[in-house]
Amino acid sequence: MQLKGIAAASGYAIGPAFIMQEQTTVVERKQIAAADVDAEATRLQQAVNQAMAELEQIKEDTAAKLGEHHAEIFATHILVLQDEEFIGQAIEKVRSEAVNAEFALQEVTQQLIDIFTSMDNEYMRERASDFRDVSQRVLSVLTGKRNASLSDFHEAVVLFAHDLTPSDTATLDRSKVAGFATNIGGRTSHSAIMARSMEIPAVVGLQSATETVKDGDMIILDGAKGIILVNPDAETLSTYEQMKAKFEKRQEEMKLYKEKPSITADGHEVELVANIGNPQDALGARNNGAEGVGLFRTEFLYMGRDSFPTEEEQYHSYSTVVETLGADKPVVIRTLDIGGDKELPYLELPKEMNPFLGYRAIRICLDRKDLFKTQLRAILRASAHGNIKLMYPMISTLAELRAANEILKETQAELDAEGIAYNKNMEVGMMIEVPAAAIIADQLAKEVDFFSIGTNDLVQYTMAADRMNEKVSHLTQPFNPAVLRLIRMVIDAAHKEGKWAGMCGEMAGNLTAIPVLLGLGLDEFSMSASSVLPARVLINRLNRDELKQLAEEALMMEHEEDIQRLVHERVPAVQELML
Amino acid sequence: MEKQFTIKNPQGIHARPAGAIMKKASEFANAQISLEFNGRKVSAKSITGVLTLGMKAGDSVTVITEGEQAAEALEAVGSIIESVLD
Repeated sequence: MQLKGIAAASGYAIGPAFIMQEQTTVVERKQIAAADVDAEATRLQQAVNQAMAELEQIKEDTAAKLGEHHAEIFATHILVLQDEEFIGQAIEKVRSEAVNAEFALQEVTQQLIDIFTSMDNEYMRERASDFRDVSQRVLSVLTGKRNASLSDFHEAVVLFAHDLTPSDTATLDRSKVAGFATNIGGRTSHSAIMARSMEIPAVVGLQSATETVKDGDMIILDGAKGIILVNPDAETLSTYEQMKAKFEKRQEEMKLYKEKPSITADGHEVELVANIGNPQDALGARNNGAEGVGLFRTEFLYMGRDSFPTEEEQYHSYSTVVETLGADKPVVIRTLDIGGDKELPYLELPKEMNPFLGYRAIRICLDRKDLFKTQLRAILRASAHGNIKLMYPMISTLAELRAANEILKETQAELDAEGIAYNKNMEVGMMIEVPAAAIIADQLAKEVDFFSIGTNDLVQYTMAADRMNEKVSHLTQPFNPAVLRLIRMVIDAAHKEGKWAGMCGEMAGNLTAIPVLLGLGLDEFSMSASSVLPARVLINRLNRDELKQLAEEALMMEHEEDIQRLVHERVPAVQELML
Repeated sequence: MEKQFTIKNPQGIHARPAGAIMKKASEFANAQISLEFNGRKVSAKSITGVLTLGMKAGDSVTVITEGEQAAEALEAVGSIIESVLD
């Protein structure tokens, strides 16, 4: 049997199931005699005091075990218990309605939970669990019913629960709990965030797993895919045992590389940065060891709304990323890349026969100077706070590059006239997605500070194969010698002018591609945040000089399968790191 | 006094920033400090109140202060609102 949930923390857990029965303390309303109301209010306050003392202890233990950062949530829980608008109201309710402490607390808690669960943002909805957690702790003091302790287990189990509160999660004994699975929750629940930090594999949002799974069932928890296998056959079990061993070895190794430079064994350093789609992603980039952002897609600012974002809104978003990562970290902001498969209803563009070959990205911006300038102003203003670089998408000709730079110059002159600060030395580069641009890269290189190769589009334009069309998907070949030769032309053209060349397509994070790209001399690799550490581990094991030879051979081969096979033969580390 | 501030924290005002706002507001014992957002007004000195506003990145909140040091309180609380704490 297989159950599907939400992948919360990657890794594999294998062991018997243990179902944590929910402590649904059923609280009944009891009327309190007028004479006893004071005593009841005191009873509630004392229970709150004891709960705070317990939280203080959990906070200290967590700080010692997981670091101050994770302990702060319990400091917040203590603040919540001190809050007049929460506990104060519950005490007030005991007095004004002459009801028992448990009922008053439950009522006030439920009102708050209702407010949070009605919010339209998943992250805020999760805050309901903070209040459930502290309230449950006070209730358990009041009723004397404490949770069964996990320390009773004798072997590592896979824990199933309706929900795990932050304090449940923080106090999990890693030697007794191999992984956990919950019925509710999402990727941003506190328990999910903590599970990732504690490196406990976890799957959440399984709906009714605590009812489907029985105590003692053999469980495989796959935290990467977000699935649970119940009573698997021997073969599956043995496959997962091997995957688990491989994963754990890789994790150990990757941890050592989070703060390290991305440098080959023979001392050649490159930059590993992340692709992000909104300011929130910057945290994930930082936590995954990215050295900055190599592609900040700005479409999110324009999508899902009915009018253009203002300069101020954009400025805040760009500045937020700089603030999150730090002023010295490079952040490459790509100007609006709309059109193609991304539509903006309020731009009112007519339907096209061939949207990928049509009116999109820089082609629209050069026509719509008003909206282009608004974005350029916001990017320039944000550049005053950090290491921002500007990048144009979809340039096909030198004339387009010059036209874009002309509008940039105009915008800079306007800011100068208004006395608004910006980084006058901000690097300005372009994406190479169109084969025409790759072929004249030598001319373009003279007028930019950098190139970033967008392989997803470059492959589809070079092979003339729609990447969404399954009938021609066999032609989507990033390793095709035609594509690799274009990539080499672009890198060589940049280097000849003393400029750098990066890549921000999926290929940059592909472990098989990295040795070839390093051999071709790529300077910057921009990928999804989760690919950064595996890529860094690989790069640290490689030898740049040997790869130059490998890349030369690859470019002379006839088929992409041959190239992939060549890499796997010569660089065994690639397959060792692949999951 | 009142002034608008924009939330810059990518995760919005979750538990930790709400705690920081509440602590900063509480330093001004003789000022009344409220936050108004989406038609609701709460005391900035209550972490519960601040959290229940459910403010996200990019949202603008009005800080309203009265009493002693109203101007200082306005700027102090505002700068916490605009800071990025994760």
